[in-house]
Amino acid sequence: MSSETEGSVSQIVTKIAEDHQHLEGPLLPILHAIQEQFGFVPQDAEPVLAQALNLTRAEIHGVVSFYHDFRRAPAGRHILKICRAEACQSMGGEANARHLLDKLGLNWGETTPDGRITVEAIYCLGLCATAPSALLDGEPVGRLDAGTLESLAMDAA
Amino acid sequence: MKIYVPQDMASIAVGANRVAAAIAAEAQSRNIPVTIVRNGSRGLFWLEPLVEVATASGRIGYSCVTPADVPSLFESRFFDGGPHPKCVGHVDQIPYLAKQTRFTFARAGLIDPLSLDDYRHHGGGKGLETALSLGPSGIVAAVKESGLRGRGGAGFPTGIKWETVARAAASQKYIVCNADEGDSGTFADRLIMEADPFMLIEGMVIAGIAVGATKGYIYTRSEYPFAIQVMERAIVIARYAGLLGSEIGGSKYEFDLEVRTGAGAYVCGEETSLLESLEGKRGQVRAKPPLPAIHGLFGKPTVINNTISFASVPFILAEGGKAYADVGYGRSRGTMPVQLAGNIKYGGLFECAFGVTLGELVNDIGGGTASGRAVRAVQAGGPLGAYFPTSLFDTPYDYEEFAKRDGLIGHGGLVVFDDTANMAAMARFAMEFCALESCGKCTPCRIGAVRGAETFDKIAAGVEPEKNKALIRDLCETMKFGSLCALGGFTPYPVLSALNHFPEDFVPAPVRRAAE
Repeated sequence: MSSETEGSVSQIVTKIAEDHQHLEGPLLPILHAIQEQFGFVPQDAEPVLAQALNLTRAEIHGVVSFYHDFRRAPAGRHILKICRAEACQSMGGEANARHLLDKLGLNWGETTPDGRITVEAIYCLGLCATAPSALLDGEPVGRLDAGTLESLAMDAA
Repeated sequence: MKIYVPQDMASIAVGANRVAAAIAAEAQSRNIPVTIVRNGSRGLFWLEPLVEVATASGRIGYSCVTPADVPSLFESRFFDGGPHPKCVGHVDQIPYLAKQTRFTFARAGLIDPLSLDDYRHHGGGKGLETALSLGPSGIVAAVKESGLRGRGGAGFPTGIKWETVARAAASQKYIVCNADEGDSGTFADRLIMEADPFMLIEGMVIAGIAVGATKGYIYTRSEYPFAIQVMERAIVIARYAGLLGSEIGGSKYEFDLEVRTGAGAYVCGEETSLLESLEGKRGQVRAKPPLPAIHGLFGKPTVINNTISFASVPFILAEGGKAYADVGYGRSRGTMPVQLAGNIKYGGLFECAFGVTLGELVNDIGGGTASGRAVRAVQAGGPLGAYFPTSLFDTPYDYEEFAKRDGLIGHGGLVVFDDTANMAAMARFAMEFCALESCGKCTPCRIGAVRGAETFDKIAAGVEPEKNKALIRDLCETMKFGSLCALGGFTPYPVLSALNHFPEDFVPAPVRRAAE
């Protein structure tokens, strides 16, 4: 990363930390805001946060790495989260997902080489009576089958 | 004329936003003035998108509406309740809804979630009024009288928890709502937040008054973006209307609320892990005691209850603890919003008094499987709940009766599987999920779950299956009694129930082939 972008990461993270200073236990809201801003939580954000919150870098790193949501690298242009929990399994969700991953040549959590789409596992969207379900760029979709899941992933340009 | 199109996450997932847009466009092109109200769902999810219209005789529904249906709906004058193939008649007369005892979900789907007028018009706010007149000790007495037990799954008496916090002396106390609804097969918390958010606010304000807490948090999931949005808007509206802040409802009490979002860690549904997460730390479980009631958020006395528990409180205060306790079974008083999910024909939320049997819920109310095949197993109570075979369908829905059959009701979810389910795969999944979500603090969970999944792979591959099955049982014993929290402690429920009730699925593939 160039020194110029490092500087801007530091500035943006510092500003985000300041904006959340009034909260009790502000770290999670700060990390969500950082991910919202950058699409992931840059490594360079950790020492800045440690300084701003008077914590050690290890403590910040420990929190970032504990939670599944926080990415350490940018995702693809689209993010498809497919539910793998029991209710979706009971409606054939696993086979649908397998079909799609094979088609895209991906494993869970991977991004297509052209950076178009990242496919991630998610454990329950609370759409268990309209299973199987998925979330494409934050938009929920239910009652999927292999065909509709595939076109959902393929049509995202 | 008023047309209701739900905007809860499940309805949107099956096209409700497109339907609402199509209705608005069609109305405009026909020059028909309509008001589209985006209500929450009634919880009859197999009918979604369920469009309703207000008529002189009540609300008429049209089910599974697609944008393509919209022109014909207008041709049929659906806005006057006209006949159409998708018409399901008066919504409150649909048997699935009519048979329910909706104490907590009375307003779900009926009202505009963000209209305080609508909320009050349908009985909202009465609980708080009574609470203000009763005062702290009167509130605790009413909640104790109701017999309400923690709806997150542990079933601890809510009134006793509140009394403990009320008696604790501290400069600051907290109310925390556990809306980290991560169990597969559950969506009641989501529906409360998306369909009737003021009820949750009211319940938490009442808790604050009861125990002397002035600050509350709703900790929910990043997987619930719509619930977060509705809750945050409702809090702003409530603050503006004087239901939050200082001098609540003109009284001496003050209370304010904030929504916090988790970050995809299932274990944060465990109360002490949730508190750690709220403090901005890794969501690692704390050893108990001390209980959160004494040493909770930031070390202060804290009431931490499930969303449904708080949401049950306004009814209890408005109608009296006795009215709630009058229905139920054994020591399980009141109602439970049972969530029928997975491979089920009529999936949705069914709030009823405790005591109904598992078989009635799955077959009579749920209509059996969606696939039309035979029911094989029902997982009750989320990923840490037992798999029940149909031979146990006479089990009454009750904390103690489920425990007697080595199961739990948990947060009220039932996930149905048909006869294509591979129960060995489900048992392995339980271990895999535990390994994935373990917070890492205690060894039985952190290492046991990984070894458990590996051992299942050996069984499937035919490596000393009997010896390895014995090893799984031994491991489950260690996890059950040696884990710090329910994640490691309850993973044995799905694992052992699958092994005990469906032993035929644990025969290694080569042996099974030879036997055929």
